[in-house]
Amino acid sequence: MRLRETPTTSSAVLGVGSYRPSRVVPNAEIVERIDSSDEWIQQRSGIVERRFATDDETVVSMAVASARQALEEAGVDAAQVDCVVVATVSHFLQTPSAASMIAFELGTERAAAFDISAACAGFCHGVALASDMVRGGSARHVLVIGVEKLSDQTDPTDRGSAFIFADGAGAVVVGPSEEPGISPVVWGSDGEQYDLIRSREDWRDVLAADEPRMPHLVMQGNAVFRWASYEMAKVARETIAAAGITVEDLDLFVPHQANMRITDAMARALKLPEHVRIARDIAHQGNTSAASIPLALRAMLDDGTARSGDLALIIAFGAGLAYAAQVVRVP
Amino acid sequence: MATTEEIRAGLAELVNEVTGLDADEVQLDKSFTEDLDVDSLSMVEIVVAAEEKFGVTIPDDQVKNLKTVGDAVSYIEGQS
Repeated sequence: MRLRETPTTSSAVLGVGSYRPSRVVPNAEIVERIDSSDEWIQQRSGIVERRFATDDETVVSMAVASARQALEEAGVDAAQVDCVVVATVSHFLQTPSAASMIAFELGTERAAAFDISAACAGFCHGVALASDMVRGGSARHVLVIGVEKLSDQTDPTDRGSAFIFADGAGAVVVGPSEEPGISPVVWGSDGEQYDLIRSREDWRDVLAADEPRMPHLVMQGNAVFRWASYEMAKVARETIAAAGITVEDLDLFVPHQANMRITDAMARALKLPEHVRIARDIAHQGNTSAASIPLALRAMLDDGTARSGDLALIIAFGAGLAYAAQVVRVP
Repeated sequence: MATTEEIRAGLAELVNEVTGLDADEVQLDKSFTEDLDVDSLSMVEIVVAAEEKFGVTIPDDQVKNLKTVGDAVSYIEGQS
């Protein structure tokens, strides 16, 4: 007996949504505990302010809000969603996943739901999975959500990271399309550099300590900067080639909003033409890990920097080290 | 093989490209951080550009030893 195969289709991003937490935190609020200044932070990161979630703004509530906007923009009902993929490192319940609660709150009808752990690279990993699900026939509409509450995991006294990390959520709906709207993914990992960005220690070590404390995120900034700026530029070039286009065909460059200096260095290394509009959401949003790309893209759509039909290079990179990139057509 | 002065001048060009600092300021006795106000991320960019320009390898754990322009020039001379 030959087993039935599902018919295949192309995939595309159908809608983009985001949620920005209510509390704006200027550099002035960060500097005292790291013996720094607004000028120092802006020079090293381009960050002017960031958002921190309040206690009422949870990983689930922020994810749900961003997903609702993405669904509305896509014109897709929650009931039509077959799978919810949530990229996060901020869901503090070991199990079950945040995704199953988010799928329920959204009112999906028993959508498959799971979390993925690829840190700052999580969103583009999710888009890769979603695109292949749609093309392979295992789902028709997939919600990909990046959500983080990094303020919970940031050491406010760490000069290397206290000013970087922030909170927020972003989401896209990936669904069927007549024309290909998502290029093949270029992705990978480099476990040799496992320690460059990580939680300080594992939960068992935390609990064994005399005075248990949050295993904060720690990062070797210079080494990360080098890897992200130069190795990721190579990945970006591979992605453009895999999409069958040239850098001249791009309209938007939406890298993970890690640090403005990384974005600038990548843009220089890629020799992006002047017409390519570059996401700089980090100035007001900080580094929101898995949420940063959809947050930045939503902001560009809202202020008219991004237009429907634009070709956007999205590239996400972070702890693992892990990375993933695609070229997507803006819905 | 490039002379010390050629390496210094080449490095000065890179410092100018990354930071906008006048290349003439980049003399052997100048400290990158103290005198030239090059921050750690700019230093990474200069190092990566120098690796390409001079065909050398300057690992991260070596960068912190390159305090002056002269240190960097000597390191590049030793590698090439």
